[in-house]
Amino acid sequence: MSTARSRIVDLKDVTKKFGAVRALVGVNAHVDAGECLGLVGHNGAGKSTLMNVLAGTLSSDDGVITIHGQDLAAHYNVRQAHRNGIRCVFQELSLCPNLTVAENVRVLHTALKGVGWKQRARRLIRDKLEEIFPGHGISTDDVVGDLSIGKRQMVEIARAFTVTTEPLHLVILDEPTSSLDGITAKQLLKHVRKAVSKEQSCILISHLLGEVLDYSDRILVMKDGEVVAERPASEFTRDSLVAKMGTVIEEGSAKVEDPAHKVRGTTPLMVRAQDKYQETGVELLAYKGEIVGLAGLAGSGQTRTLIQIYDAAIKGKRTEKTAVEGPVALIAGDRQTDGIFPLWSISQNVCIRSLKRMVKGWMIDPAQEDAMAEKWKNKIKIKTMNMDDNILSLSGGNQQKALFARALGSDAEIVLMDDPMRGVDIGTKLEVYELIRTEADSGRTFLWNTTEMEELNNCDYVYIFSEGKIVSELARDDLTEEKVLRSSFEKGN
Amino acid sequence: MWAYLSSPRFLRSILPAASLAVLLAAIFYIQPRTMSYFGLKLMLQYAVPIALATIAQMHIITVNDLDLSIGPFVGLTACIGATLLVSTPLLGLLALAACIGVYAGLGALVYWRNLPSIVVTLGMSFVWMGLSVLILPTPGGKAPVWIKAIMGYEFPFIPLPIIAATTIALVVHQGLMHSSYGAVLRGAGGNPKAIGRAGWSLLKSKMLMYALGGFFGVLSGLSLIGLTSAADAHIADRYTLYSIAGVILGGGEFVGGRVSPIGAVLGALTLTLTGSFLIFMKISPDWQIGAQGGILIIVLALRALIKRKEAMS
Repeated sequence: MSTARSRIVDLKDVTKKFGAVRALVGVNAHVDAGECLGLVGHNGAGKSTLMNVLAGTLSSDDGVITIHGQDLAAHYNVRQAHRNGIRCVFQELSLCPNLTVAENVRVLHTALKGVGWKQRARRLIRDKLEEIFPGHGISTDDVVGDLSIGKRQMVEIARAFTVTTEPLHLVILDEPTSSLDGITAKQLLKHVRKAVSKEQSCILISHLLGEVLDYSDRILVMKDGEVVAERPASEFTRDSLVAKMGTVIEEGSAKVEDPAHKVRGTTPLMVRAQDKYQETGVELLAYKGEIVGLAGLAGSGQTRTLIQIYDAAIKGKRTEKTAVEGPVALIAGDRQTDGIFPLWSISQNVCIRSLKRMVKGWMIDPAQEDAMAEKWKNKIKIKTMNMDDNILSLSGGNQQKALFARALGSDAEIVLMDDPMRGVDIGTKLEVYELIRTEADSGRTFLWNTTEMEELNNCDYVYIFSEGKIVSELARDDLTEEKVLRSSFEKGN
Repeated sequence: MWAYLSSPRFLRSILPAASLAVLLAAIFYIQPRTMSYFGLKLMLQYAVPIALATIAQMHIITVNDLDLSIGPFVGLTACIGATLLVSTPLLGLLALAACIGVYAGLGALVYWRNLPSIVVTLGMSFVWMGLSVLILPTPGGKAPVWIKAIMGYEFPFIPLPIIAATTIALVVHQGLMHSSYGAVLRGAGGNPKAIGRAGWSLLKSKMLMYALGGFFGVLSGLSLIGLTSAADAHIADRYTLYSIAGVILGGGEFVGGRVSPIGAVLGALTLTLTGSFLIFMKISPDWQIGAQGGILIIVLALRALIKRKEAMS
């Protein structure tokens, strides 16, 4: 293209897979000098993966990465990115907590060495902090670990804008305002416009659509690893953005029929909960035999609420904000750290929650253990020859099935599920949905934190979280993806 | 001013020096004769090899690992120093250099295979031990004259161990805490992902830190035979735990790249002095190790208290 502006980055058909998950499915995108590109999309749309590829911290599987007119895809890495003036402020902070602010600046700049490097680093970051966040109150000799999360974010952003010998063309800001307060967020966004006016470019990723609409020149919408829309920011509205981010109604995602047509409130109340920090507003209720969905952007307080319910049940006492009637089991979302016991057999992993039942005298009765393992192997179809094999011999989906067996095989009347289906193949998912439905019909209560619309369709009632609070509730018949998305982006007050 | 002096941050940084001062004061009170050039020299003699071993351990701890083989390794270098280095100096130097090379290789292995360092170094401790026994089956050997001359040198007014400890602390402090690459190395312990994202090689930093650990281990072994004149495969077995305790006493932490070379040397001095202190207290040698552990627990408890205060403020 022979536009007046020079093209900094041009991505063509970039793909990236993590195992069976296709995080990027042929992305095409470009950034010109002197523009701010907004990037929006729902959880798992592939935004962060794309930015990691662009920053050189992840290598793409396929595709062309052209930077300043040169094709670099084959040997692209962080050093290349830096040399070409591309920097990234990552979503989770990339500062060393044990180093001072000035030392962290040094980490980014290879040129800061030799006599007096510390002085130069101090001056560099002090000037930049003054420029972007006047009145920041950060000393360059503060140890980063001692700073508040907001100040750390300010340091990291300012650091990305410092220049030594390497040029600076493009700064990627991944959720930069998530830990900044209103004033500093404004200061940052103003600086972004200023940088853009000096022919530098920015990519702004944010869940706050207002920010993206107001401060970017052009907006890219991603969904399921693809760019689904690209237009000047002025041609988008909040509603049209939300509409683009959601699914166009497909036949396949039609609602699961509910033959019983349960009427809410006719069965006993099993769980009542409200977020610890929530003063007023919607209260989460779950009745016997219901599947209750917890929706919203990842990390909006759903997990915290589940843990709160779990704690209340385990300690066996009602608190002001939480009441639970009956034993609970939790299926963790992070299988590797919170779910499986990696050194144990499948059978041991399944039975751990139910050992109390199996005690004979002082010992665990192996016959009962085997019986339970065998029963669930058949019931939930765990694909293994031998339940005494190590749990890690199973595929991810089957490991997850074992965790479901652990919870469903227990005496729990209430099952808490913390987004357990992440990274599980569709076949397994459908099997598990079916099982959940039958279990619910036989009187179990499910609380299901999920970020996937398709899973919400399996729920009888849905609560939507935003910024740590429950902002709205939807009955099964009122559930649409648009409503969920709209509430997810609502400001919790 | 008082606010600064009572702030948890200041208290935390002063704790290693304060523990040493309290211990020293107690010793001077019980046995005033130690308050002399000769007394200090005698009491602190073995502080030099212990301080060097502690510094070696500190380098490994900086990158979130732990070296359980440093004691036997110091023993091996002492054995090499008392045999090969005397008979065939060139071969001796080569052997010592090879030891450092193996350390760098261990760093690479731990990084590449993502192995737990305690397993690797625990295994290596038996290798070092075996090599020492091969080189020097029975206690003996003879330290090179020049090492003995260095370790026996008498400075005017200030005893050698104090000058040596100060030098070690300042040199390492300059290298690790003030140099520009030192910041990157410590960062590799604090947030390896961030260092990788900034384009630095984590493999290189791990290898370098292990190699430095090996280097200071060699110095520790050589300084030790300078004092004992002879070597033994088991001469430094206790150093493994001494060195870990020294780093922690000096304000270091097991993970997160939070270390202090000056603190580590102070910690090593404190550990050395507890031995003398307990002798002056007329505590039977049977109880000494236990009592040493008690002192360690007291200091660490103080640190925990300061931390709690910090968390509350």
